[in-house]
Amino acid sequence: MARFGMVIDTKKCVGCMDCVVACKTENNVPEGFNRDWIVQDARGSFPTVNLEIRSERCNHCDNPPCVYCCPTGASHIHNLGGVVLVDHELCIGCKACIASCPYDARFVHPEGYVDKCTFCIHRVEEGLDPACVSVCPTYCMYFGDLEDPNSEVNKLLNSRKHHAVLPEAGTKPQIFYLE
Amino acid sequence: MNEITNTRMNPGIDPSLSIWNWEIPIYLFLGGIVAGMMIISGYFLFKGRTKDVECSCFLVPFISFILLSFGMLALFLDLEHKAYVWRVYTTFKIKSPMSWGSWILILIYPILILNILIRIPDFLSKKLKFLKSISLKINSHPTAIKNIGLVSMIFGALLGIYTGVLLSSLGARPLWNNSTLWILFLLSGLSSAAAFVHLIAKSKYESHLLAKADNVFLSLELIVLVLFLIGLLTSTQVHISAAEFLISGNYAPLFWVFVIGLGIIIPLIIQLYAVNNKIKHQPVAPIMVIIGGLILRFVIVNAGQASHWFNAGMLK
Repeated sequence: MARFGMVIDTKKCVGCMDCVVACKTENNVPEGFNRDWIVQDARGSFPTVNLEIRSERCNHCDNPPCVYCCPTGASHIHNLGGVVLVDHELCIGCKACIASCPYDARFVHPEGYVDKCTFCIHRVEEGLDPACVSVCPTYCMYFGDLEDPNSEVNKLLNSRKHHAVLPEAGTKPQIFYLE
Repeated sequence: MNEITNTRMNPGIDPSLSIWNWEIPIYLFLGGIVAGMMIISGYFLFKGRTKDVECSCFLVPFISFILLSFGMLALFLDLEHKAYVWRVYTTFKIKSPMSWGSWILILIYPILILNILIRIPDFLSKKLKFLKSISLKINSHPTAIKNIGLVSMIFGALLGIYTGVLLSSLGARPLWNNSTLWILFLLSGLSSAAAFVHLIAKSKYESHLLAKADNVFLSLELIVLVLFLIGLLTSTQVHISAAEFLISGNYAPLFWVFVIGLGIIIPLIIQLYAVNNKIKHQPVAPIMVIIGGLILRFVIVNAGQASHWFNAGMLK
């Protein structure tokens, strides 16, 4: 069974925010809200400073607390690729899922339901990449099946040193950053 | 140096979580005090106190009914997708404390109604005469009253525990992610309830008993608060930073002055004097306990939202 994930090469990412714009356009994300965003993580002290630029979004965790805490089943794991989604017709807007997410990846849509990255499942079902991946001008983002040993994402993870964000939170995030 | 900049500025999420405002602390407080009152009135019913016409077990369920309804209203007001609230009752999610709580709340109402039916308040029995025959039937079975008391105590405890588990199950907020939170909320609910029933009790026996019980609850609450902080301070850095919100951070004045000082220690001293007959029972002590219980919910909910895996160390 497929398990979708994302690999992002931090050596190529320049933080141009094309992924953010593409997501907002593709998914009609309301003004003032973001399903994905750019983090600049600077460590060290001059002159030995390391800057990592990350395009972040919902990590579509394998152990998703947002799904477990949802009282209606609105937050659920999609049968295609283990993608974590929110059914707008089931969501009551209790916000427990927002409080349970260590990545703060969710928000309340102005229409009342909780919203977040869907890995552009509507595109993926048609065999396309998520909008953010498809527009990246530096080709730093890769989307694919982590269960498939021949997928590009798996080959990258096997050949390059990488990390996830906050693995210590225990949610088994499925987005990996190449170092 | 570690500097993190983020382009995200989602309302209610950034710069620190503020999704739950006054509604949730009010709901948790009212849920807690109703839980405590159900345990207290259930205990009185179980002990056969219905023979005493002044027993507070007749009035308390009625007040509980009103308070819980206000709590449910606050909970409803907090929902962002209100038209879909009924969806909660089309399913049961075993891993979701909120699902458990929703169903517990629905079961609490029939139990409170059964309690009220034991002796219906005059203004209700005059309007709804058929209730009197139900009341007579219940009263003709003393074991039924005992069983109602027992069920009240069990469901009261479940309600009080759930209010704590609801928050402690949210592992992304280090302050809440502590297994003592349910004991703290249950004890705080019991101490606030004992204080409230003490205030309205007509019988001197009950006033004295509840002041004594409240002293026990307050002492235990203080111990659990210390254990709660020790649990956080001996855990990871994000948990230590979360504890520091209460100990020396933004929430420290509220926590030390209103929760610990005026909400627990001072009323405990006043009530210790009162139960030892050195001074008369003062309404000021129970009032302080109730306000302390309310502020505890506000402090825990707000500081918990501010505590985070990313920024716990930055927002002190």
